[in-house]
Parts: sequence; C-alpha cells; structure tokens
Amino acid sequence: MASSETVGEYAADTAKSGGGMPQLDFDTWASQIFWAAIALFLLYQILSKKIMPRIAGALEDRHHAIADDLDSAATLKAKAEDAQKTYQQALADAKARANEIADKTRADIQAQIDEANAKAEAEIAARIAEGEQRIGAIRAEASRNAKQIAGETAQAIVEKLAPGSSDAGTLSAAVDRALAARGISG
Amino acid sequence: MAAEKSTDGGFNIDPMYQFKIKEWIPIDLGFIDLSFTNSAFFAFLAVGLVCLFLWTAMSGSSLVPTRMQSMAEGIYEFVRNMVRDSCGEAGLKYFPYIFTLFLFILGCNLLGMVPYSFTVTSHFAITVFLALSVFVSVTVIGFMRHGVGFLGLFWPMDAPAAMRPVLAIIEVISYFVRPVSHSIRLGANMMAGHAVLKVFGGFVAALGVFGVIPIAAIVGVTALEFLVAVIQAYVFAILTCVYLHDALHMH
Repeated sequence: MASSETVGEYAADTAKSGGGMPQLDFDTWASQIFWAAIALFLLYQILSKKIMPRIAGALEDRHHAIADDLDSAATLKAKAEDAQKTYQQALADAKARANEIADKTRADIQAQIDEANAKAEAEIAARIAEGEQRIGAIRAEASRNAKQIAGETAQAIVEKLAPGSSDAGTLSAAVDRALAARGISG
Repeated sequence: MAAEKSTDGGFNIDPMYQFKIKEWIPIDLGFIDLSFTNSAFFAFLAVGLVCLFLWTAMSGSSLVPTRMQSMAEGIYEFVRNMVRDSCGEAGLKYFPYIFTLFLFILGCNLLGMVPYSFTVTSHFAITVFLALSVFVSVTVIGFMRHGVGFLGLFWPMDAPAAMRPVLAIIEVISYFVRPVSHSIRLGANMMAGHAVLKVFGGFVAALGVFGVIPIAAIVGVTALEFLVAVIQAYVFAILTCVYLHDALHMH
C-alpha cells in the first residue's frame, strides 16, 4: 500500500464494502468455492497419482531394506553363535584331551617310579641279604676262631696245671659246654 | 481511531481489507459469477507449492532420505498414522482424501503468512465448503456402510430408556452442528490472527517512537500465527478423522 494508486484503490474498496467483513460478501462465494474445488481436485489428482505412490514406495523400500538387514543380521548372529558353539566344543575337547594326556603321562611316570622303586628295593633287599650272609659268615668264622682259641687256651692252661693229663676229647666237650653256656655256638 | 485518522494521511488501517476478494479475470455467466480472483490464484499457488515441495523432496528418493525427503515422508506418515490411529485400518481407504485436505489447508494457511499474500482459508466460503464436503461424505459413507442402522448413531443404547429420546435430540443437533464448528474454527482462527496483525500494524503508525511496542507484539503474534496455521490444519484433519471414525465404526 505504498503507492498512491494502491492507497486510492484501497480507499475505494473500503468505501464499497463499507469496511465490513469480506467473508460475508456472499456474492463472492460461488467463485471462491468453484476455484477452490478445482484446486482441491487438482491437488488430489497430483497427490494420489504421482506423489503418494512415490512416498509410499520409498517408505516400503526402506521398510524392506531394514527388514532384510535385520534378517541378515539374525543369520549372521546365528552363524556367530554356531561358530562360538563349535569353538567351545573344540575347547572342551581339547581340554578333555589335555586332561587325558596329563593323566596318562602321570600314570606312566607313576609306573616308571614304581618300577624304579621296586627295582631299587629289590637291589636293596639283595644287598641286605648279601650283607647279612657275609655277616653270618664272618660271625661263623669268628665263633669258630673263638672256639679254636678257647680250645687252645684251655689246653695250654691244662698243660700248665697238669702236664700230660690232657685229653683232647674231654677238653673239647668241656669248652663246647662252657661256650654254649655263654651263648656262643660252635 | 480509524475514522478520525483517515483524513490526514494513510494511517487508516482497515484490518479486514486484506481479506478483500479482488476480481482478476471477470467470468460472469449471468446466473453465477465465477470470476478468477485473488482467492483462486492463491488456492492454485498453494496447491502448486505443496506439489512442488513434495515433488522435489521425493525426486531424488533414496534409501537414506535427504532432509527434504524426510520432511515429506514425515508429513505423509504423520497424517497416515493419524488416520490409522483414529479410524483404524478401514479408515486408510480414505487416507488420500484426508491427506489432500490437510495439505490444502496447511498450504493455504502457511502461504497466508507471506506478507501481501491472501489467506484462502480465512474465508468462510472455503471453510464451509470444506466442512460441508466432509460432512456430506462422512454421512454418505455412514449410510453406505451401515444402511439405515447408521441412524443408531443418534440412539444411545447405553443410556437409560427414558433418557434416550432426549439424548437422541441432542445427538442429532450436535451432529448437524459439526460442519458449523468445523468450518468456523478454521476460518475464524485464520481471520482473527491476520486481523490482529493489521490492527497492531495500525498502532505502530499511530504511536510513533513507541511503535516498537506493537512491533514486538507483532513479532510474537506472527510466531503464534505460524503455530496456529499448522495446528488448525491438523485440527481440521483430525476432526475429519473423528467424524469418519463415527461413520465407519459408529462410536
């Protein structure tokens, strides 16, 4: 309303309508409704024929894409779970095998130890037996020597006390008796 | 104030002048005047802009939407969900009509916010036409779906028997008041806001330096008007859905 022309037009218009509500000027209703109906029909045609199918298509495509992605994600998840299961199975197997091997090794080593122990014990027993045998031999030798020495000593003592009266048989029996009385066997 | 100021300069602001229908191409058929007016032009402009927006938004349609595309899809899904939520799956058949109605009103309302433009929906001719179209369509749909049984809409079965005739009268009256409230709500909202802007504009000229106060008010009212423009389009569409629901499911 800057130019004088529009101001003049404005003044004329307001004068004509009396400053009332143009909304209540029913003379204009027919043309308003007529053109609005055409505009609405046009909008409906363009929307329903051209634009709405595009938007619906785009939304549908996205929906499908997301559903597909979710499907493949689920498949991948299942695969991953399978792989994990396989891995865990393998791990369990390996652990079982390791335990088995450890047990077997332990048993083997135990067997070797037992064998070595048995061998060592047998050797020790043999050595002990050998030692005891030698001790026995030494002891027999010693007691034989003791008897001889006792006999000789007794003979020498009897010879000194009563020369010529010595009888070898009686002497030996007496020495044996005396030795037996002291726990030394011939 | 207006009458007094009109003599000295151009301060005379008639807040209703902006709603004036101007004949651009006179088409008088004698018995009826179908002149092409500013109202017709802005109705077509709104249709054109709505289509242009949606078309450009969807032209490079891709799986990952651009900003424009997600706006277009957002409006589409918003209206679609509104129809489905209030009318159920059966209402989706009428979704294109409600979508058209919503976009037409939204386009006209928002176009009316451009200075020097014309607000098509501020005229009761348009809003009465739209509301009556909805009213007639919904009533026809109701009778087509339920036959004479659609009259049961006015007979409240869950009320005490003695009360039913009284309530039926109220129901009938409220049913026929629907197009009135439906149309006046939209038209009056659009008209009032724009008229208020013009009245405040008159104050700016009259108050001189203190005109900053009404200017600040105009800024606020303009923001409010954008809100109203969108909300009224939504309200018109959702009320249409509510009426359609009654026709489809009878309460």
